[in-house]
This record gives sequence, structure tokens and C-alpha cells, in this order.
Amino acid sequence: MIDEPELKQIAYLAKLLIADGQSEKTAADLNNILQLAEKLATADTSKISPMAHPLQMTQRLRADEVSEKDQSELFQSIAPKTEKRHYLVPTVIE
Amino acid sequence: MHTKTIVELAEGLRNKEFSSVELTQNYLRRIEKSDLNAFITVTAELALAQAQAADDKIAQGKSGILTGIPYAHKDIFCSKGVKTSAGSKMLDNFISPYDSTVSHRLNQADLVMLGKANMDEFAMGSTTENSYFGKTLNPWDAKKVPGGSSGGSAAAVAGGLSCFATGTDTGGSIRQPASLCGITGLKPTYGRVSRYGIIAYASSLDQAGPMTKTAEDAALVLNAMAGFDAKDSTSAEQAAPDYTKNLQDSIKGLRIGLPKEFFSDGLDSAVAAEIMAAVKGFEGMGAEVQEVSLPNSKYAIPTYYIVAPCECSSNLSRMDGVRFGHRAANPKDLEDLYLRSRTEGFGEEVKRRIMIGTYALSAGYYDEYYLKAQKTRHLITDDFAQAFKKVDVIMGPVSPTTAWDLGAIKDPVSMYLADIYTLSANLAGATCSAPRFLSIQTVLAVPVAVPNSKLWAVAAVCAAEVKDWIVPSVAVTKK
Repeated sequence: MIDEPELKQIAYLAKLLIADGQSEKTAADLNNILQLAEKLATADTSKISPMAHPLQMTQRLRADEVSEKDQSELFQSIAPKTEKRHYLVPTVIE
Repeated sequence: MHTKTIVELAEGLRNKEFSSVELTQNYLRRIEKSDLNAFITVTAELALAQAQAADDKIAQGKSGILTGIPYAHKDIFCSKGVKTSAGSKMLDNFISPYDSTVSHRLNQADLVMLGKANMDEFAMGSTTENSYFGKTLNPWDAKKVPGGSSGGSAAAVAGGLSCFATGTDTGGSIRQPASLCGITGLKPTYGRVSRYGIIAYASSLDQAGPMTKTAEDAALVLNAMAGFDAKDSTSAEQAAPDYTKNLQDSIKGLRIGLPKEFFSDGLDSAVAAEIMAAVKGFEGMGAEVQEVSLPNSKYAIPTYYIVAPCECSSNLSRMDGVRFGHRAANPKDLEDLYLRSRTEGFGEEVKRRIMIGTYALSAGYYDEYYLKAQKTRHLITDDFAQAFKKVDVIMGPVSPTTAWDLGAIKDPVSMYLADIYTLSANLAGATCSAPRFLSIQTVLAVPVAVPNSKLWAVAAVCAAEVKDWIVPSVAVTKK
């Protein structure tokens, strides 16, 4: 079961903030969902391999050739902040 | 005009009874007057330009069956130059710089996009109440939910605001709103329809398909949507069949399986009666009905609600306020930018699923939750393979009840329980390896009216991947 310190850790890993006074409700909601998942423990899967994906296929390869023209200007036109073809974020290293 | 099917409208356009521009104007007027909130964005100018281009093609004798037909496009498909929000504040300012493959193919078919349909945020929900742009109402009863996540699409079709719509289905998001709004919805085989340019929720489950008035229309639209796409690394490398080819085939001798687990206590008796009446109808036409068992379907809900959140927690990590989407004002450092952009941009249900996924994928819990769920997913898939050794199609309910009141279900877990009959098919998805070739793939929802109410129940028809073309053919026979 998720307690408050663990909730803080999960939220931090998920890069989310829990609003003041919401920790208890959020933890309760998550614990209810995990309680639902506890049913899985009753399934005998000792001889079962995990299934990550419905298609049993290998990654396709392609020739090492340029297949798309440079569209960085178009893609950067919807970015919140750019400068000289770079995406801008707050200073990381002084 | 707004009650006609694709086939009927195509005939009207061909016979010059009306033009595509007139048809489009009619739908745009209906959308403007509507209070269903089925659309996030209405693209009137674009629609009229596409309609004019379609009329020109019809005049030149170069038209196809879909030329000039107006539709609603779920707001999860990237449409070049048009806002594509996925129902989220996070993407409220996202003008897509490119077309999804589905958008491209529908444009190639000369269809007319009326606008982008409302949906639960990032396709997470079963009622369309989780949209940042407000809830959508059920056209049959405005106090009821239309289902979700493709609720805007279903309401647009049922409410006569578009001839058909597109949807995506990760755990029932095409079939369930089709059921609650009384239309036809088809979740194709995983890998049949390209996921390129569809905003990802859970990549091993997401699949796009048509939402229409009839099975015949669904087959026509699926023909335009389906097929291999090199841009999607999970696209099935095989030619899609012509889904209209076998529509008139007899169903004499068709083996229908009814999973006993799907007709148990939780199923509303009125819904059960209507589904069984539909089954009887098929039996009367020569189909052979037998009971089958999907014993591991009891694990479908917990399996799905671990697998899907794990995949979404990874997929949605790209929303960070740097390259596109919502960015918090005046971040004090990079971490603050990430934390506040994501916290402000995502709604409550999305945050919940991201956190469950983050937890289940973390070092101490990976084996207990994610690995375990991958194994139970395998069990569920094997059940379908066993069932399809005995029957050609599986039939059953889509939703345990008809549409419920808006706001009636507030607790997340209670909402998840409503997905009981749809999740298994997504989990089994498209197992194409030789030993499990016969796995549940294509699922179609066929509407049946519930007497003495304005509401609908839907019978699902599922078929194995190797003959997924049979699904519209079975459904159309019922007309």
C-alpha cells in the first residue's frame, strides 16, 4: 500500500505535484486501484511467459538513407520558446 | 439528410440530388445549433473547401464511394494545421505540424472533415466527462453519458451531426460509446490501422477504427483506413482484406460462441435479453450457437489497469513543456518547468494513471505488478485462441448496462469495472505468432434497441484475425 512518503516519491518520479491537502485522497485512490490489481496474485502464471505486445514481430530495418527533409523550423514553430534553432529551457548550468 | 448512411449519401451525390457543399452546410448548421458538445473544434472553412473539391471530382467522374461524405474526426488523430488536443489542456495550443496516416488516408479518399470530436483526456475514460473541453451529452437522453473515450464521435453520429466518425479503442473506447449511443463501432485487428500520428495512450493496445450507422458503412470506412504503413513500426505487414467483399454472404453454419462468463450476475437483465434476442435472430438464419468459456477474463480489469497505465506513464513523459504543448509561466528552474507544466496541463484521471504506471514500473514493484499483468495478459489471449478453435465468432454484451446518468460514477475503480466486457479483446489484441494465430482481433458493436427506453445495448461480434472480414459480414446480415 502506498503511504504518504511513497506517494511523494512516485509523484516526483512522474514529475507531478500533489496539491496541498490532496495527499490523503490521492493515496486512497491509488491504493483502491492497487487493491483491484491484487486479484492478479491469484492467477497461476508459473509456466506462462510474459506478453508485452500482441504482435509477435521483430523490428523492421530500413536502408540508412535520409527519408525525410529537415522540418525543424516547422516543428519549432509550435514550441513554447526557441532561439537560434534551439529549444529554450531555464538555465541548468551557470 | 442527416439520418442517411454513407451508402445512401453516396448515391444522392452520384445522382446529383444534392452536392457535397450542400450536405456539408447542412451538417455545419446542425452542429452550430447542437448543445451536445460533441466537437472540440469545428473546421467549417476547411470542410467547405474539401466539399467543393469533392464536388469537382464528382463532376469530373473521378469520385469514389466516400467522396464528399462529411465525418467527425476524433481529436486524437493529428490533422495538419488544425488543433489536435486529445481532450487535454496540455495540448490546447497544439496545432499539429503533420497528418496522421489515418488523416492522410481519409483525405486521399476525398472525405470532408467537419471538425475534431470531443473525447476523454488522452482517451482515458468511459464517459467523455474527463475532457478539458467539457462533457459530451448522449443524443438520446441529454442527462446520460455518451460513453467514452470516443464519446464525441458517437454523439456526433447518433445526433446527426456527422455521417460517420473515427474513434480509437484501447480498452473499449470505440465499442462502448457506440453501444451507449446506439451506433456501430468497429475495433479492427491490432496492427491493421496505422497508429502513426495518433496521440499514444497505451501503445500495445491502441487501435483506430470507424464509428458508423451500419456495418456496411463500417466496412467501407475501414477499407480506407486499413493497410500496412512503414511509418508505424507495429503495422501488420500484410495486405488488408476488402471488408465489403463478403457482406452479403449467408451465415448458415456460422459457429457463434457465447462466453458464459459474460452472461453472469453483473449483466443488466434488459441488456442480456436484447443480446440473446439478437443471438436468436442469427440462429434463425442458420448460425449454430454454443457456449464457450474465457475463464481468465476475470483478470481482464486488473491486467488492463496495470498494463495501460504503465504504457501511458512512459508515453506521456514526452509532455514536458519544452517542445510543444502547455508550458508553465516563469519557471524558476528546469525541474520547476517540468513539474508545473505537467501538473497544470494534465487532468486528475490522467495523473492517476501516470502515477499508477510509475509505481508499477518502479524497481521494487515491477515483478509484482507489470510482469505479472503481462503474464495474465497471455492467459487471457490463450483463452481466445482456445475458443476460436471451436467457433468462428464470439458474441456478447459490450457494456453491462445502458447509458447511465452524467456524474453518477465518481469513484475511479467503479468506472473501471464498467469496462468488464471490452478489455479482454484489447489485451489479446493481435497475436500473430504461429501457435497463437487465432487470437481475437476485430470486434464490432451492433446496436439493438432496449424496449421501453430511449437507450441502447450493443452485441459485440469478435472474430479471429485470419478472418476478421467476417465481422461486418455477420453484422450486416442482421439488418
